[in-house]
Amino acid sequence: MTSDGLPTLLGTVVGGSLTDGVEVRLAEGASVEDIPVGSYVVIQGETRRFFGMVSEVRLAATDSRLRSAPAGFEDPFVSQALTGTAAYGSIVVRPRLVLPSVAGAEGDIAPARTVPGHFSRAARASEADVAQVFGAEGGDNFAVGTPLDMDAVVCLDLKTLLQRSNGVFGKSGTGKSFLTRLLLIGVLQSRLSALLIFDMHNEYGWEGGDVERGRRVKSLKQLFPSEVSVFALDEQRARGASVQPDFHVEIGYGEITPDDIMALRETLGISDAAAEAAFALGRRFGDGRWLREFLRLEGSDEIGELAARINVNGAALATLHRRLTNRVTRLPFVTDAPGADAVSAIMDHLDRGKHVVLEFGRYGDDVIAYMLVANLLTRRIHDRYRERQSADAGEGRSTTPLTIVIEEAHRFLSPAVASQSPFGIIAREMRKNNVTLLVVDQRPSAIDAEVLSQVGTKVCCLLDDERDVDAVMAGASGSRELRSVLAGLRSRQQALFFGEAVPIPVAVQVRDYGTDTSYDALMRRRPRREAAARGPAVARSNGAASEDEDDDPLFG
Amino acid sequence: MTTAPQAEARIGEVVEAGSTEFAAECYTLYGAPPLGALVRVGDPAVYGVVYSVTTAALDPGRRVAARGAGEPDEASVYRNNPQIARLLATHLQALVVGHDRAGTLVQRLPAAPPRIHAFVYCCDDADVRAFSEQLDYLHLLATASVPAIDEVIAANVRLAAEARPDGDGFRASAARALAEELANDVTRLKAILRSIQ
Repeated sequence: MTSDGLPTLLGTVVGGSLTDGVEVRLAEGASVEDIPVGSYVVIQGETRRFFGMVSEVRLAATDSRLRSAPAGFEDPFVSQALTGTAAYGSIVVRPRLVLPSVAGAEGDIAPARTVPGHFSRAARASEADVAQVFGAEGGDNFAVGTPLDMDAVVCLDLKTLLQRSNGVFGKSGTGKSFLTRLLLIGVLQSRLSALLIFDMHNEYGWEGGDVERGRRVKSLKQLFPSEVSVFALDEQRARGASVQPDFHVEIGYGEITPDDIMALRETLGISDAAAEAAFALGRRFGDGRWLREFLRLEGSDEIGELAARINVNGAALATLHRRLTNRVTRLPFVTDAPGADAVSAIMDHLDRGKHVVLEFGRYGDDVIAYMLVANLLTRRIHDRYRERQSADAGEGRSTTPLTIVIEEAHRFLSPAVASQSPFGIIAREMRKNNVTLLVVDQRPSAIDAEVLSQVGTKVCCLLDDERDVDAVMAGASGSRELRSVLAGLRSRQQALFFGEAVPIPVAVQVRDYGTDTSYDALMRRRPRREAAARGPAVARSNGAASEDEDDDPLFG
Repeated sequence: MTTAPQAEARIGEVVEAGSTEFAAECYTLYGAPPLGALVRVGDPAVYGVVYSVTTAALDPGRRVAARGAGEPDEASVYRNNPQIARLLATHLQALVVGHDRAGTLVQRLPAAPPRIHAFVYCCDDADVRAFSEQLDYLHLLATASVPAIDEVIAANVRLAAEARPDGDGFRASAARALAEELANDVTRLKAILRSIQ
């Protein structure tokens, strides 16, 4: 800022277009070295103020001979005289938003559909400008961090975020789980959606790991004990844990449908014919009984006989039998006689206003276990939501939305399986049945393009692979500048947010998490909504949610 | 800036005048200010920068003849031929770079050229400092089509810098002003800048 309170002049607009961005010739004293791509600039036009992002930084010369015959120009006296006059820096700014014409004034922020006129003055966006664009923390706005080169707060509009499925991407070790945990805390506090988290690596239940600092950090159950239920798959691990899970999940043979086998086809390494055979078995024995009956068979003779009877390839059926026996039913939690119905239990907890974290324990590294359980439960729960949605629609009630969090999402959403997988269906149908996804993945290029195109807000940590970057950026406006911003991210605690929940793409230094002060800061923002709105499932079950009303140990 | 005549700095009078330049005859032989110097003529004042100084026979029809064959040195040529000073004259030519308009110095061309016989004064350091507070006149110099104008510009900037305590600062600002003026001709610009230094 200058002494008269006006922002320091960065330069003046000398040309450009809406699609390519406007060119700002840098003023004397403004150095290209201080203006990284991705930083924010405000351009004061005649009647409007434009907010944009630096998409390109250039060195230019008024005379091409400067480039072709540079001898003599390195003399300090000559070079100083030429710098900013005959040889100058310029930046390209893509106007993205129009702000109220007076800085700090109240008013609508609209997308920019035109550009500032010639000689409009450009200045670095002040913290007040950035705060105006991203809104103030509180209510539905959740602070995720600060822009890379300033101290202003970047907020996500959670209400908009939860309208669609969302994605957190980044190569492994870039802090995806860390970021996801933070987002989940925001969603949880906002009470705008219930959460069902398939916690592959045991990060979101009681505590998680902070690899970089080599410490354990509090996770959802520890921060919000009365609002989070931990479901565990791994009874053995749970037995040793200091905090007991709320529910042990077991999967009964009767619950596994041919559809679930189809979704596991690639992971089990079986042919289409073998997967199709499961449907034939389902028709023969009935959906609830086919697996039990099939696994009861022993020896190739019996299987061959059955294959002939139901008219499927004998070898394919034998492979299916072998894989199911060796890979699926050997899993301790897959049992012929489950203790309780996991789907009903999850629905019950969700209905009571709880968020459910399903911890995989040591099965997290077992892809088959993870995919089987996630697919199976999601299919059922999605079915229940669908039924409920149509019933509620008939009676004029509204169903509380559910967000399902899935890691290693490309396994569920690859082009080959996305059409059959319940996750693919959820991603494509948007919010029709009140269920959306939060996909967490390190290989976005392996996710079906149609599914990716439905992702509303993308949070992208560092990605190296060109194909992954292409996949994430597909369809984003100004993807070229976003690429350079993405490539410039540090490998930890920095992420690019773009999509519907942020007014403009923003590279964020993610807020600190894991220290006592960071927990305090997160807890302070908790909105105190009306009692009637408490609990995610309140719209359905007012009475059930009220039991949690006053027993919150953190907020009284 | 004072426009009062300064007898001690009066060097000659205008013998030919146009809108963009004027010529003056110096009262004394070789009595012209240096190349690039700032001169003031008339009242209201018109300012010029000396771009050419010539000394030649007063009568263009009579060529100067060599007279020093028998003289031991140049000084004795003049001493033994006192008529020479009467037959020769020193003239200067200056580009108009500004004028006084109702007490304000403007670095643009005046509405009318200086009058013939208007007195020519050599500006002192204070005048030079006051004039070179603005650098708009460099545009008039840079766009003039006279021989070796780049040398004149450099000489002018050097003289103005010498007239100031912050000579280096002035050199740097003049250099930037010239760089803006000559942004499309960096070869020429480079030559001037190196000459200013």
